[in-house]
Amino acid sequence: MLRPLLFRAAAGVAVVWGVVTLVFLLLHAAPGDPAALLVGAAATPAQIAEQRHALGLDRPLPVQYAVWLARFARGDWGTSIATGRPVRAMLGAAWPATARLVLLSLLLSYALGIALGVVQARFGGTGLDTALSAASVTLFALPGYWLGLMLMMVFTYELRVLPAFGAAGLDAEYLPGPARLLDAIRHLVLPVATLTIIGVGGIARFVRGAMLDLRGSLFLTTAEARGVTPGRLLIRHALRNALIPVITLLGLSLPAVFSGAVFVEAIFTWPGVGRVLVEAVQARDYPVVLAAAAVSAALVVAGNLLAELLAGWADPRIRASHAG
Amino acid sequence: MRADRPLGRDGRALLGGALLAAAILVAALAPLITTGNPAGQHEVVATRLLPPGSTDPFGAFHLLGTDRLGRDVWTRLAYGARVSLAVGTLAVVLSVVLGVGVGGAAALVRGRLSTVLLGLTDFALAVPRVVLLLLLSALWAPSVTLVVLVLGATGWMTIARLVYTESLSLAARPFAESALALGSGRGRLMVRHLLPNLLTPIVVASALGVGNAILLEAGLSFLGLGVQPPAPSWGNMIAAGRDALMDAPWIAGAPGVALVLVVVGCTLLGDALQDRVGPARSG
Repeated sequence: MLRPLLFRAAAGVAVVWGVVTLVFLLLHAAPGDPAALLVGAAATPAQIAEQRHALGLDRPLPVQYAVWLARFARGDWGTSIATGRPVRAMLGAAWPATARLVLLSLLLSYALGIALGVVQARFGGTGLDTALSAASVTLFALPGYWLGLMLMMVFTYELRVLPAFGAAGLDAEYLPGPARLLDAIRHLVLPVATLTIIGVGGIARFVRGAMLDLRGSLFLTTAEARGVTPGRLLIRHALRNALIPVITLLGLSLPAVFSGAVFVEAIFTWPGVGRVLVEAVQARDYPVVLAAAAVSAALVVAGNLLAELLAGWADPRIRASHAG
Repeated sequence: MRADRPLGRDGRALLGGALLAAAILVAALAPLITTGNPAGQHEVVATRLLPPGSTDPFGAFHLLGTDRLGRDVWTRLAYGARVSLAVGTLAVVLSVVLGVGVGGAAALVRGRLSTVLLGLTDFALAVPRVVLLLLLSALWAPSVTLVVLVLGATGWMTIARLVYTESLSLAARPFAESALALGSGRGRLMVRHLLPNLLTPIVVASALGVGNAILLEAGLSFLGLGVQPPAPSWGNMIAAGRDALMDAPWIAGAPGVALVLVVVGCTLLGDALQDRVGPARSG
């Protein structure tokens, strides 16, 4: 069990390193000079050159790469060119907000998606199945940023019941404990709902397919012959087996979920990694972009590893093949 | 089950095809069925933010209303369809070319090069696509060409995987072995015998890919990194409607509904085709 896991972890580190290298090269291949951007349009060439020297941009590319990689590995991620704040502090403050958003909506969308898929498989071929299929295809097609705007229009502007900006109200710091928690939850509702709704359709489609593929399996026929009730057959026998590919899907869908979070964070000005990334990209803030890309790749890789562990836990066959 | 029915009797194929055909028609006939000028403005104060179905003081009818600059939303929607469909299709064509190239080469040569190509594919799959998209479209000046290139360059991996695994399983079939026994080279085997058999799964993956590419293009344009105003695109129309949500929800509403309909069309058509190819699900 341990050796394949170590191999996977090493592959994960390689992916993060590859992403960081790719981003580094792209940033340097692109037109536009961060030093010029930083000192402003009125700067003389000498001032720009001085700034370039201060940022280390005048050194040969391999040297810049080696220096940067060594520092990065040590945890020294440099200072943001645009804000002057340490990059590590910026991302350190941002990643819990993204993790909270992504984990909560993953949990909700998988719970809802699996339930929908099971109901569809149970009533396969009926009008209910067709109606739910139509619903899940539509949810699957919804762009997150548009859905976010529409929810905002209804719940923030029309009904005035939910906030749509940021993760806490302006007065949050002065609120007593329970009121502060309520404030945080109210700010979570719309972003989490948006990410959840756009995820549900795909999961329901996948679960329905996985359940229907199991139809006619010998183990289901045997269980039925033994007198297992239809409900128990559906949940204990069919769903348990259908969940194994679903867990793998969970790992594979992480990049997409993170991508969705980038847009949702931009819409709701949610203070997460996605928003830091979008702002840094627009400002050509090299150190922040590099670190944000590395952090997002690391989050995705870690999620994939976790999904693999979960799949092994859910399916004794995978465990056996690892041990052998 | 459904796979036995001809495609023309499958409700999903019909509905999906109809949605896409409608979008293509609107895009193609845009100059005939709209005012013909997506950037056209007339006396801004008198014509701005008119609700759908109203006639402005100059006698022009606005089916979907006007935006805050008095431009006709229906006209912009129709011209935006051209951008969305063209970008989605071209990006997927590029992805298919890259995917067939990489997947086919990996299946064909085996050995070390194959390992490298497959490793590259796995690596590209693990990179969050939007991070790369944001980066590339922010670093170079935003343009339609760039969006197509970037979407194509980040969307080929599924096709490469598909081509690789399917080629390997097809190559073990008797017809492929007989072709080799009759003296066909590996390249010829790939092009003449394997690729034609791969066509349908590739078409299925492409149908789903077009929907995805259209959504991503709109997303990039929404963030201001794709198609630049005043040229209309569904994404930048949604962005422009963002600050008029209260006064004029139709500005952001109409392009969003159009996006959903087109993507639903692609998905339904892909699903219907998929069922005819075989039980394998799309990932």
